[in-house]
Formats: sequence, structure tokens, C-alpha cells
Amino acid sequence: MAKDMSKKKIAIVGGGISGLLATIKVCELGGEVDLFSYCPVKRSHSLCAQGGINACMDTKGEHDSIYEHFDDTVYGGDFLADQIAVKGMVEAAPKLIKMFDRMGVPFTRTSEGVLDLRNFGGQKHKRTCFAGSTTGQQILYALDEQVRRWEVKGSVNKYEFWEFIKIIKNKEGICRGLIAQNMNTMEIRAFTADTVILATGGPGQVFGRCTASTICNGSAVSAVYQQGAEIANPEFIQIHPTAIPGSDKNRLMSEACRGEGGRVWVYKDGKPWYFLEEMYPAYGNLVPRDVASRAIFKVCVHMGLGINGENRVYLDLSHIDSGYLERKLGGILEMYSEFVGQDPRKVPMEIFPSVHYSMGGIWVDRLHNTNIPGLMASGECDYQYHGANRLGANSLLSAAYSGTISGPEAMKWAKTGNKGSDLTAEEIEAARREVQNEYDKILTMNGSENAHKLHHEMGDLMYKYVAIERDNNGLDTCLVELKKILKRWDDIGITDHSPVANQEAMFVRQLRNMILYAMAITKGARMRDESRGAHAKIVLENGKRKTDENGDLVFMGRDDEKFMRVTIVNYDQKTEEPIISYRDFDHSLIKPRLRSYK
Amino acid sequence: MPDKVRFIIERQDGPNEKPYNQEFDVEYRPGLNVVAALMEIQKNPVTVDGKKVAPVTWECNCLEKVCGACMMVINGKARQACCALVDEIKQPIHLQPARTFPVIRDLLIDRSVMFESLKKIQGWVELDGSWDVKDAPIQNPYTAQVAYEISHCMTCGCCLEACPNVGPQSDFIGPAPTVQAYLFNLHPLGKFDAPKRLNALMEKGGITSCGNSQNCVEVCPKSIKLTTYLAQLNRDVNKQALRNIFNF
Repeated sequence: MAKDMSKKKIAIVGGGISGLLATIKVCELGGEVDLFSYCPVKRSHSLCAQGGINACMDTKGEHDSIYEHFDDTVYGGDFLADQIAVKGMVEAAPKLIKMFDRMGVPFTRTSEGVLDLRNFGGQKHKRTCFAGSTTGQQILYALDEQVRRWEVKGSVNKYEFWEFIKIIKNKEGICRGLIAQNMNTMEIRAFTADTVILATGGPGQVFGRCTASTICNGSAVSAVYQQGAEIANPEFIQIHPTAIPGSDKNRLMSEACRGEGGRVWVYKDGKPWYFLEEMYPAYGNLVPRDVASRAIFKVCVHMGLGINGENRVYLDLSHIDSGYLERKLGGILEMYSEFVGQDPRKVPMEIFPSVHYSMGGIWVDRLHNTNIPGLMASGECDYQYHGANRLGANSLLSAAYSGTISGPEAMKWAKTGNKGSDLTAEEIEAARREVQNEYDKILTMNGSENAHKLHHEMGDLMYKYVAIERDNNGLDTCLVELKKILKRWDDIGITDHSPVANQEAMFVRQLRNMILYAMAITKGARMRDESRGAHAKIVLENGKRKTDENGDLVFMGRDDEKFMRVTIVNYDQKTEEPIISYRDFDHSLIKPRLRSYK
Repeated sequence: MPDKVRFIIERQDGPNEKPYNQEFDVEYRPGLNVVAALMEIQKNPVTVDGKKVAPVTWECNCLEKVCGACMMVINGKARQACCALVDEIKQPIHLQPARTFPVIRDLLIDRSVMFESLKKIQGWVELDGSWDVKDAPIQNPYTAQVAYEISHCMTCGCCLEACPNVGPQSDFIGPAPTVQAYLFNLHPLGKFDAPKRLNALMEKGGITSCGNSQNCVEVCPKSIKLTTYLAQLNRDVNKQALRNIFNF
């Protein structure tokens, strides 16, 4: 049968929650999707989201309102999120939950059979819908199933185990397709499309050990950044307060632990000190993530009160009924037992903050268009909705919501956008050939550096200088060191020359992208001389970190006049360095006020 | 504690190549798991004989036992590598690909057949669309808890690897995809299409190919009571067969 040539073709890169929901929307509107992913989409990183998804369902007699969800999100983000965009998201949230419920997401239910809700950080009402402690997994699976249905109907072509390499632009600079590589056969192929949506997730691997999956490397974002896409707010990296430190990865312990009554403490003068409850009486253990992470860091690093002098504090659930814990948190408690060998129902868990999520990402407008026509971004890889700090359980929401916006908008562009000239066969082959040459060159690299060791070094560097506490000395040093790492990349030696599933060569290519992304994060942090949300910068005095009379570090304040603006990063093709500028955004609905959880 | 851990890894250079073994030593550290050890080999791919070789190829994503990617055969048993702690398994540690599935390279396998099977059993709810229609139906919380248990299935393939009836001698689609039919038949909207799923399970490769060996439930990393639901499905399929005959 001849293919219907009038059908619009949308290429979607990434099969997490945002990419899958965009896929469904495109199919419903009669489009056809080429869906690219590093892995079977059912294994995407969205499934690591544990605690839940925020929506004002107001089924707990607490008089929750959509306005409060709106306000909590804007306030939690320290007034750096576009308020019109956030308003759209929180208004859609309850509808999305009902859709997921119809799709078969097995949300945890009350005795009456309605959706149960739990507390989460930075919110005073129960607003978080959840499926035990595996909410992301359950939502991802429901979407995976719906997409499989569309696949059977012929609207979706999955390209699983294909790596996105770069977009193809036409003469007018409009995105008209992409180049991808089959990760098993190593074939490099060009794909044309009416619109390309990136839904490739976060850049956690830039920091090495983090709570993200090994596939969350930010490589795709960096690739389009090098092709002219703007990155926004990259310096806002969320550090999750409660993760199990590990040498291969830091495993997340959901904020739901605190939401269900977990308490954070260390010993002080021989007695348990519930420091979050003491420092922040209004919210206690339910302060937002940036606040909790800084407090834990202070207690361990500056006060030396970590467990056995190490960088660990207790996250304690042992006072809660074990049947209740099993029902609400079963999955992750099992994970803790399995990886640590202790039962968190009986003894307090030992945790420490870890890099977790990127509030920043590709700059998009409210309809998820990037600055490159025909290229859209959706999900964690975009910068929308969370400002300077994301509230727990707002990420599943933004992932889902952005997919419902980017999908239809991609179809609209495909139908009515000014796409310019079609790519010629020569242009397509030239783009493919360029990527092929780059790959062939990697296979001949015979220097002395090991790519994985270099990656590890970069991660250590980023943790040291661009994590919980930053200062301009450290950030300057970091930029110098990152440039050295970029130089050393040229001296990598490849040990694998196989034409089958050559993971090493692909990693070498990703690593270069990661280094350039790291430079954008670091430069963004260097230039933002204030503290806001996850970005906390220490004042320097005579070149040294300033402390107050108690010996506590002095942080810069929030500077709305100068910095209530979005950081925009452009890539300098000549120097390969990030160029920083600032852009105004809409904050007309809620007047900025000081953010404090005391 | 020994300061080094010995790994004996069954390697294979490509889909049609012959397998061979290579041995590697990895420095011991507390909490070391098999994926972390493979990552160390990536940093220094040298065998115990001092031979510099290509790093071992395998699949992994989440390292938290939720994505299902890193399934392999460890000391003879199919399981996830990320939560296989070196302290808890016998050394030297033998790693092999799960050969129920075609091997691409080393420990990397092609499990697409399981996703194809999910199409056969129509593993989804027939939604009108992703738009707003009405409130979702109330659900019995106890039934929802059963659904939650089954919905943890990561499609990792441990149960297919362990099942004696999955392989070239049989068409059996395996425990994991079969039991997914039960999941959708539990859902208040999904159950509208229960007859379709049950009829699909009557076909070649369906539930009659299950030999009730009970291996699946032993290896399921998510402790899903696979045999219980297979038995329940078997009853449902028989009832459906009668309905088909007597047309009620």
C-alpha cells in the first residue's frame, strides 16, 4: 500500500513521559510520529520518579485551590518561572490526573476508592497523587501502552536503540529533520520531518554520580545548543536532599518519605537534633529541596555533625507503623533494604544530598518552540515551569503537561508553519556524511586518555564547584579546568573498534557534548551574582569566603532588579564558549516577595 | 575480604560470532554491584592476563531496579545486575547473556519479542482519547492494589529466561506478557475488552503453552505472583472458551 504522503511527520526524540504524551497528541491529530530513543521507551528515566504528581484534587477536606498550587510553584521557584506558563500547567493538572486514571495508572486509593493524596515539600496542603512510591514508573507504563496502541494502528514508528546526533536545517535555518545512529548496527541515517521535538530529559550525568539514569547525559541538548539553540537558566541544578550515596550512582529516597512523616536528624551533644524542624518551624521537614539540601550540607560540612563524621544524616521512618509504610512507600523501602542491607522500617536511613534535576534547559516559548523554527523542546530538557527551584512532584506534572502542549503545536507548525525550502537529497546526504566522518574520526582516536575516567573527573569538578554552595573563585577555577578537560578530550584513546554496538565510541561523542554543557552551567552560575532558589552564592571578601559573627557563611541576597531575568546562553562557534545574556519574562500575576520557609 | 573480585564473562563479538570467556579482576569496595564492576572494567578494560581488550558491552539505565534494562545471567540465574551485590554472591562471578533472547554483543540482548507480545495481548485500555471526557470511575482499592502489584512488571525478561517452555521448541509468549492481560482485565474500562485479550491467549503461544513449571515466580525481581495470575487467567480463558461455544 502506498504511504499517505499528506500525513504530517513529526520526529520526537525521547520516549519519557513528555515524549510519549506528545506522541499520543500528534497521533490523535492525524499525524505520524518517528519516535527515537536510547532504549525501549518503557525503560526511560521518567520511571525513576517516585513520590507523586501534584494536582489540586481537593479531596481531603483541606480547601486546596488551584491558586495555591500556582502560588506555591511560583514562590517555590523563587519567582523565576514564567507565571502565565505555570498558571496553564496547574490549571490542567486535575484533568491530566483523570486522564491517567482512565488509562489505568494504578494510583493509590482511599477506602472509598478515590485517589489518595499526600503531603510534599513546599506545600501546606495534601496535593500529591501517587501510585505507592513508583508513580513515574506507573505513569510511564500507561503512556507506553497507549503509544503501543498507536504503533499497532501504524501511526508510530519506533526507533529504539537509536541515538539522536543532530538536527538538519535547510538553507533558511529551519529545522527539517535529524541525523540518528543505530546503537547496535552503528548505521548513521538521516530522517526528514515537518517538526522535531526534543524530549530528551536532564543532564544529570554532567555531574557524574547523581540520581539520574546513565542515559540522562544532556548530550542532545548540547548538540542543538552547538547548532544555535539557546539554553536558558542552566545554572539552576536541583540538589535533592535525600539520596543514598553510592559509587556508581546516588539512589533517590523520595521526598514522599518526608511527606509521610519522615524526620531528618543527626546527633548533637549526644541527643537527636531534628535540625530542619528547629531551623524551619513553619514547614519543618517539608521545606523545599534547595532549603533542605543546604541545611544538611551545613550540618555535615560546616558543623561536622554528620553520622560518624561522614557526609550523612538520618532520614527516619522507624516511628511510623510498618503496615502504613508498606502501603505508601513499599517500593523504595525495598530498594533501600536491597542496596544498603538495612531495613528502614526498623532503623533510620542514612542519606546525603545529590544532583537530581535541571530546572534549566533549552529556551522555549509558552508553546514549547525553541528559537530555531521547526525545533521544539518538551519535558526536563526545556527550561519552563520551575524557575530557580522545582517543587517535588511538579516534575511529572511538567513532563506530562509540556507533552500536551508540544504535540499539538508541532502539528500546527507542520500544517501551517513557514517551513521554507525542502531539503534536497544532496543536502540530506551532506548532513549525514558530516556525522559519519565525525564518527569515523572518533574510531581512530589513539591518545592516552580514557573517556570514562575523564567523565569521572569532570563530575568531581562540577560537584566541587557548581553544586550546593558556589562562589566566584571556585566558578572561575571550574571554567579553566573544564577547558582543560575539553582539550584532553582530543587525546582520548579508543580501545573498541567494533562495528557492532560500539558503546565506547558513542560515549566519547556524548562526553564532548557533556563538557560543553558543563561550561554553560558553570558560566551561567558565574555570571549570576545573587542567590536564588537552587543557586546559592557565597559573598567573597578580600578574595575569601565571608563569614558572619557566628562563623556562618554569608550568602548573596536575591537581586530582583538585576537578576529577575532568564539567563540565556548562546554557543560561540569560534571559541566554543558560552555567551551569557539575560531576557525578561512574564511575572505579572503574583508580585515577588521574599522567599522564606521559617 | 579479598581486595579483588574475579569476574568470568561470556563474551560474543557480534550476533553470529562464537562465544568465548574472558576474566577480569575488579577492586573490591563495600556495596559493589555487578553494574558498578562493569563500569570499572570500562575504565580499564584489561583481562587478568594483562591483555588490553574492548570494554564489555551491556545494557543499563536506572541502576535502581525499576527499568529492567540490566537483566543478565549471573552465576546461572537470570536477574538484574544493578542490585546483584558482590558481597551476596559466590565468587568468581560468572556473567552470561540471557540466551533465550538473541545476543547482539557480549551481555547485550534483543528483547523486542516481549514488546511484540504486548501487542498480541492488547495490553492497553481502549481510551476514547487523551482529552477530557468525564470523571474517571471509582475503583475498588483492593483490586487497585492487585493491579499495582502486576503493573510493576519491568519487561526485563527474567521469567522468560527461566521458563522451560519459552524457546525455540515452543511459541509461548512467556509469563510476563501473558499476565499483563490480567492487569488490563482488572481495570474498570479495560475489562470491556477482556474477551479480546482472553481470545488472544487461546491462540498459538498463549496460555495453553504454560507448563506450570513455576520457575517464573521464583525469579521475578518484582515478586509478582505470576503463577497465581496465570492460574486465574487460565480459568478466565476456559470460561471464555465456553462462552464462545455457547454464545453467551
